[in-house]
Amino acid sequence: MYKLTVEHLFKRFGDNEVLKGVSLNAQAGDVVSMIGASGSGKSTMLRCINFLERADEGAIMLDGERIITRPGAGGMRVANPAQLQRLRTRLAMVFQHFNLWSHLTVLENIVLAPCRVLGVSRKVAEESARAYLDKVGLPQRVAAQYPAFLSGGQQQRVAIARALAVEPEILLFDEPTSALDPELVGEVLKVIQALAEEGRTMLMVTHEMGFARQVSSQVLFLHQGRVEEQGDATILDRPASERLQQFLSGRLK
Amino acid sequence: MIELISEYWKAFLFSDGYNLTGLAMTLWLLVASIGMGFVLSLPLAILRVSRWSLLRWPVQLFTYVFRGTPLYIQLLICYSGLYGIAVVRSQPLLEAFFRDAMNCTLLAFTLNTCAYTVEIFAGAIRSIPYGEIEAAHAYGLSGWRLYLRLILPSALRRALPYYSNEVILMLHATSVAFTATIPDILKIARDANAATFLTFQAFGIAGLLYLVLSFALVGAFRLAEKRWLSFQGPAH
Repeated sequence: MYKLTVEHLFKRFGDNEVLKGVSLNAQAGDVVSMIGASGSGKSTMLRCINFLERADEGAIMLDGERIITRPGAGGMRVANPAQLQRLRTRLAMVFQHFNLWSHLTVLENIVLAPCRVLGVSRKVAEESARAYLDKVGLPQRVAAQYPAFLSGGQQQRVAIARALAVEPEILLFDEPTSALDPELVGEVLKVIQALAEEGRTMLMVTHEMGFARQVSSQVLFLHQGRVEEQGDATILDRPASERLQQFLSGRLK
Repeated sequence: MIELISEYWKAFLFSDGYNLTGLAMTLWLLVASIGMGFVLSLPLAILRVSRWSLLRWPVQLFTYVFRGTPLYIQLLICYSGLYGIAVVRSQPLLEAFFRDAMNCTLLAFTLNTCAYTVEIFAGAIRSIPYGEIEAAHAYGLSGWRLYLRLILPSALRRALPYYSNEVILMLHATSVAFTATIPDILKIARDANAATFLTFQAFGIAGLLYLVLSFALVGAFRLAEKRWLSFQGPAH
């Protein structure tokens, strides 16, 4: 059984059809990289999976259980708000621009969802938050700091700790290193790689081709809202389609 | 000067022997109207930024009217205007409420500061980066929990510098209360002036009292900003 199945997602923004029937199957422990030029729909696809963006058509299944939706203006909605909330804590998102809650300290950022959504006690949540800080390689003293006082790389690692804190079944990464200064990319990729090696299921939109080749068990190449080519990481070395060849030669010069 | 102070210091500070007066009365007007205005403004600010115009529109009208007219006129309408209407006088409950000068004054002050505060808080809510709201959605916070745990705490901090300004302006605005017979600092100063003709001294003392109050408020808000606004980072 697949951990996550996405079937024939369609998404339009006005007249602009961004997703034209994309599908995806991921098994537990898979690391799926989604690559493609900007505007190819890869971020939209990722955001449709946890309903930050509402697809117009399609289906999403988690552990074989279909998320029940109903159509509406602006796209499908999850029929039951409680199910949506549950879904969103089973999938945890790491954003390009970190999106940490700026008025909360690092520790408060990490414990908010466990305490307020999952109902974990503050004490237990704080203990595990400190363990997750260790895991992403941050010193304990940052716990009391506000995000604005940290570097981009540190902020993104806090965001990863925040994602881990809800003990998600799937981690979603939306271009996690695109907003970082070049010298800070490495520290974040190292954390993500360690998570991949733990056998976590991850979906990742990325422009880091070298990294995608290294960690992915599956690569999806999107072009103009369609999955143009997919396979294991070797498609990055031996692309079959002309489009992927073009895309990679433009990138890997 | 000495006679004026020895005669009126008590009235200037807290009591004329019968009622709360002077500084204490001004403080009460300020605390009561700011407090009630604050409580009212939170839900209204949330409605003010609503996606649905049916919720947004009435609040917008309210703030438009109360920010578009002088407080003095609002006080006159609450204090004498409404009581002049036959319907108000024929309702025992309304009659009892509007007969009391303090009720009328607090009503006008509360609605006035509430209107300004709604706009300040609504602006602060809108200034929260959208990515933070999106992250909250992504982690399962929604509805009232989203407002209670994230949006309001963040917005109230962001609003602090603007809100402190509103509180200080409101302190000075309470000085129109004497026109509704409320014995605030200015009313005592006017009484002292009428009795002694020491105009400069009487109003000078009143001015000094407002100055001291303003300083205290500015200091308190500076401490609050140090405590709650430091999240904005070293660049701020």
